[in-house]
Amino acid sequence: MSKINLLQAINSALETAMHADQTVVCFGEDVGHFGGVFRATSHLQEKFGEDRVFNTPLVEQGIIGFANGLAANGFKAIAEIQFADYIFPAFDQIVNETAKFRYRSGNEFNVGGLTIRSPYGGGIKGAHYHSQSPEAYFAHTPGLKVVVPRDPYQAKGLLLASIRDENPVLFFEPKRLYRASVGEVPETDYEIPLGVAEVVEEGTDITLLAWGAQMEIITEAAALVQEQGISCEIVDLRTIVPWDVETIVNSVKKTGRLIISHEATLTSGFGAEVAATVQEQAFLSLESPILRVCGMDVPYPLSHETEYIPDASKVFEAIKLSINY
Amino acid sequence: MSQTIHKPTFISGDALDIPIFKVLKQNGTLYPKAVEPELSQEFALKIYRDLVFIRVFDERMVNAQRQGRISFYMPCLGEEAASIGSAAALEAQDMVFAQYREQGTLRYRGFTTEQFMDQCFSNERDLGKGRQMPIHYGSNELNYMTISSPLGTQIPQAAGYAYGQKLQGNSGCTICYFGEGAASEGDFHAGLNMAAVLNCPTIFFCRNNGYAISTPASEQYKGDGIASRGVGYGIKTIRIDGNDLLAVYAATKAARDYAVAHNAPVLIEAMSYRLGAHSTSDDPTGYRSKEEEAKWATKDPVLRYKHWLTKKGWWDDAQENKLYAQYREEILAQMKAAEKRLVNKIDDIITDVFDVPTPHLKRQLADLKDHIRKYPAAYPKTSGRLDS
Repeated sequence: MSKINLLQAINSALETAMHADQTVVCFGEDVGHFGGVFRATSHLQEKFGEDRVFNTPLVEQGIIGFANGLAANGFKAIAEIQFADYIFPAFDQIVNETAKFRYRSGNEFNVGGLTIRSPYGGGIKGAHYHSQSPEAYFAHTPGLKVVVPRDPYQAKGLLLASIRDENPVLFFEPKRLYRASVGEVPETDYEIPLGVAEVVEEGTDITLLAWGAQMEIITEAAALVQEQGISCEIVDLRTIVPWDVETIVNSVKKTGRLIISHEATLTSGFGAEVAATVQEQAFLSLESPILRVCGMDVPYPLSHETEYIPDASKVFEAIKLSINY
Repeated sequence: MSQTIHKPTFISGDALDIPIFKVLKQNGTLYPKAVEPELSQEFALKIYRDLVFIRVFDERMVNAQRQGRISFYMPCLGEEAASIGSAAALEAQDMVFAQYREQGTLRYRGFTTEQFMDQCFSNERDLGKGRQMPIHYGSNELNYMTISSPLGTQIPQAAGYAYGQKLQGNSGCTICYFGEGAASEGDFHAGLNMAAVLNCPTIFFCRNNGYAISTPASEQYKGDGIASRGVGYGIKTIRIDGNDLLAVYAATKAARDYAVAHNAPVLIEAMSYRLGAHSTSDDPTGYRSKEEEAKWATKDPVLRYKHWLTKKGWWDDAQENKLYAQYREEILAQMKAAEKRLVNKIDDIITDVFDVPTPHLKRQLADLKDHIRKYPAAYPKTSGRLDS
């Protein structure tokens, strides 16, 4: 066990996966010798050779198209999209190809070995094109799993599970946490199951739900209201698709209140899906309306980033609103 | 290293003048300098039977669509030699990523009349479980990747699949078919560039059939066709007469040898003409002349190959009539059987979204079944078999 940051945890997961399985291949823009612009694939090419760790031309639709083909041939293809903001040229390959590969062929073929890794989210002064959180676009397409880790331990375990999952997975890495989030991570090989949320802190008065970097924010807000005697149950969704309805609904049945917070824009964000499902399955347990504390419905701004972000004070206000409803 | 010049001198966009490879004249004789590829009589006749099968099958299925028996169809009339001639030059282990007009390739590989029919009728014996429109064939056993409608998406995929074949070291390659229209898609450029840079044993086979639905090739690209693009990507390239089965066969065989020996892609541009409609939803009389069609009809690839077989003494009219009659009968019988088969049970609406249905999907299925039980008449294909 050693203390490492989230980026090192990703690197450790990739190295672990490549050691354990010869069919694991990593590629993307600057992924090879340089080790990626964030250095997530550092030293992997030295360790595993240029056939298995390599640069691709600068073409996201090509990277994912290539990855689909490689995965269809039985490889564990790990494709990096340098920033989630640049995943959209590959949208057709992901939505029309990756997601439907197994279904449309009647299981004659599949790309279950595919994992798409991408740094995502804001908080780094990255403005429109280095800040977006596009998970909801992909959650809207059947056939894709979507995962977001909150810290180094989670990142390694969830990434290893994603690589080995028999379905294509989009693995979004909160880049604000790459170096900021540090924690104990085993050097051993371990997996954290997909599709299972985690109750990080039990509480009685209200459920706070988030994922990725937003977990820090809701944890901070929970500490603020704790001084006022409000007990928050803090839940990390971890897997956006397939999401753990049972854990969330059980938590809300216990606390009677729910706040969902995500950095992505409010409208049609994944919080809307959670809210709709929870009101359907726990209507009579609800003491107040489900609230969402999310990014505003504007392109991610630069000079107003601080105001745009759904920060702890906004979550704090929402908790008070819910409790005093 | 580039040569240095000191005046602004441009290379013309049509500086490349790529020749076209031909072996067989329309009358079935060889061009004087052409070399006849080695084909045994048995092999040559297998190719011909598949050419005839596809011609009969296409004709029958277009009619079936007109009669309302199937929803949709896409014939490959006039382009049979391109798909079947190239298929014949490959090994069974080679992977096929097709577009949607390569039923000839699939037939060559052994897809049965019954399998074609079951797919077109979306019944429970369709390997694709009845989920896609007619002609979206696929077969793992025959190394024929399931067709998807979006154009060009198979091109970078073929590069990736072939990269895997290279790592596996099994001396296989991947052939990727597409039309000259699809070559305008971003995925074409992405795929060719990646295959070249990453040294993938991929044969890119462009069927340049003159039209993307109604848009003629003259409104699709500038420069010397699709072949010139291959040169731009540093890919070994050839243009061939796509209606000349022997040229298609010889070029594809040489392309395969090169791709596998050098772990490198090859581009083949096969010049042909889509004699039929784009699909049963299309009517070519709105965008091209009868004269143009008639001109191309005289270049019929099946007839050209038949003339060659006849001159060799391997084929005659009696065999011809018998073969056509046999296929017509077989196709009709299989059609009658396929249209009587049931669709998949409703349970298959949620299988294969993931490897295992999620609890969420199981719940949606349960809700759907409850609903069908309430309104069985509205869902006659599945309501009688909900629990069996």
